[in-house]
Amino acid sequence: MHKGKGMKFVGDSRISAERKPNIPKDYSEYPGRTEAFWPNFLLKEWLAGAVFLVGFLSLTLAHPSPLEGMADPTDAAYIPLPDWYFLFLYELLKYEFASGDFILLGMLVLPGLGFGALLLAPFLDNGPGRRPHQRPVAVGMMLLGLVSVIWLTYTSASHVDWESRAEANKPIPQAEVTIDTEHPGFASYENSCLACHGNELEGGAGPALVGMDLSAEEIADIAVNGIGSMPADQFTGTDEELEQLVDFIIAVNESAE
Amino acid sequence: MLQKIYDWIDDRIDITPIWRDIADHEVPEHVNPAHHFSAFVYCFGGLTFFVVVIQILSGMFLTMYYVPDIQNAWKSVYYLQTEVAHGQIVRGMHHWGASVVIVMLLLHTLRVFFQGAYKKPRELNWVVGVLIFFVMLGLGFTGYLLPWDNKAYFATQVGLEMAEQVPFIGQQLKILLAGDATIVGAQTLTRFFAIHVFFLPAALFGLLAAHFILIRKQGISGPL
Repeated sequence: MHKGKGMKFVGDSRISAERKPNIPKDYSEYPGRTEAFWPNFLLKEWLAGAVFLVGFLSLTLAHPSPLEGMADPTDAAYIPLPDWYFLFLYELLKYEFASGDFILLGMLVLPGLGFGALLLAPFLDNGPGRRPHQRPVAVGMMLLGLVSVIWLTYTSASHVDWESRAEANKPIPQAEVTIDTEHPGFASYENSCLACHGNELEGGAGPALVGMDLSAEEIADIAVNGIGSMPADQFTGTDEELEQLVDFIIAVNESAE
Repeated sequence: MLQKIYDWIDDRIDITPIWRDIADHEVPEHVNPAHHFSAFVYCFGGLTFFVVVIQILSGMFLTMYYVPDIQNAWKSVYYLQTEVAHGQIVRGMHHWGASVVIVMLLLHTLRVFFQGAYKKPRELNWVVGVLIFFVMLGLGFTGYLLPWDNKAYFATQVGLEMAEQVPFIGQQLKILLAGDATIVGAQTLTRFFAIHVFFLPAALFGLLAAHFILIRKQGISGPL
């Protein structure tokens, strides 16, 4: 910085009145084929970034982000699962020496040692050599840690049936359904279906009857003949009552849309 | 015209040295994939930052629809996903970006580690980088709860149970995060939202600034 007598400033500020030309440095004297970042190298980075962005957007288009059903704290059967990059810690806690009485070992000591060593790596590996073969201990520990994390993540993920998880936890919006108890089909619903499918068709022992993709004939057929684990002859009224029941279920479905 | 505007500003705030500090630096041959293709390993740090920018921008747009309360959080995400124009893409970018940023961060860390680039005089920048990694994992953990679906809820419950088992401060730590000693609920969601959207990004910006200033100050490590 220029100092001393004879300095000129802009007004009463500390900005020097002496203008420096906005010309980039000449890197041609630097060793090797050194390039200026602006604008030469930035343009290439920009192109690489554009290619990366296209790939990334293709991923988001091909695989929409998953969303499960709204959180239900009373769902005792739900098996919790963290995001994939925490799976190795989750899997570690399943080992005998890292759970139960040894939970602190699995939860704090082992990850603490690993991440602590990572944080302090430059002070633990403080020799002058940079090449991997000049620091076998550091490189060996890193490879060991890396292989363990990959192995733990792999074993943890391979135990999970991702497809059936996604299938069992589909997001179903809590639609505002209107139940018309005056509907001629309601009495049949109350007698034959309500016990399993709920007051508002929201499901219970049986699945929800709102948001199905079924025709009137298919609904009538299921009511009489059953489907899956639902036994036949749940509905035992007349044909006219069956028609009214189907009409009622469809009416509720329409009110939910 | 542009030159005149530049000169007008430069006349008042002497912008040229600032601009040169930011933009004018050398790219040595050994890090330039145009000269040695294997130098693409030097791209991982830049790509991490690129994904961080994607996360910040997509996150800003997500908060325009997201409602951090237990009645509406899931509904607002569902609405965003199914009704809002391109909402699925914006949420998809944030969701996948969270994974891609971890992958890129890991690759960048491994590049620096195996090249021994953290050795003197660059120890402090390595420490700052590992702290960025921790902040990023924290962002992943807190962001996982926000959609308030079953996997979010139960994973967070497990995480909080683990926090509770930390000796001496476990109970306080859990209450700090969850807002209650036993309930994972409304307080937990707002706290995780605040941590995810304000506290951790603030820490991240500070650390990123330190990371970049140190790189510019020390220059990139030489070839092996």
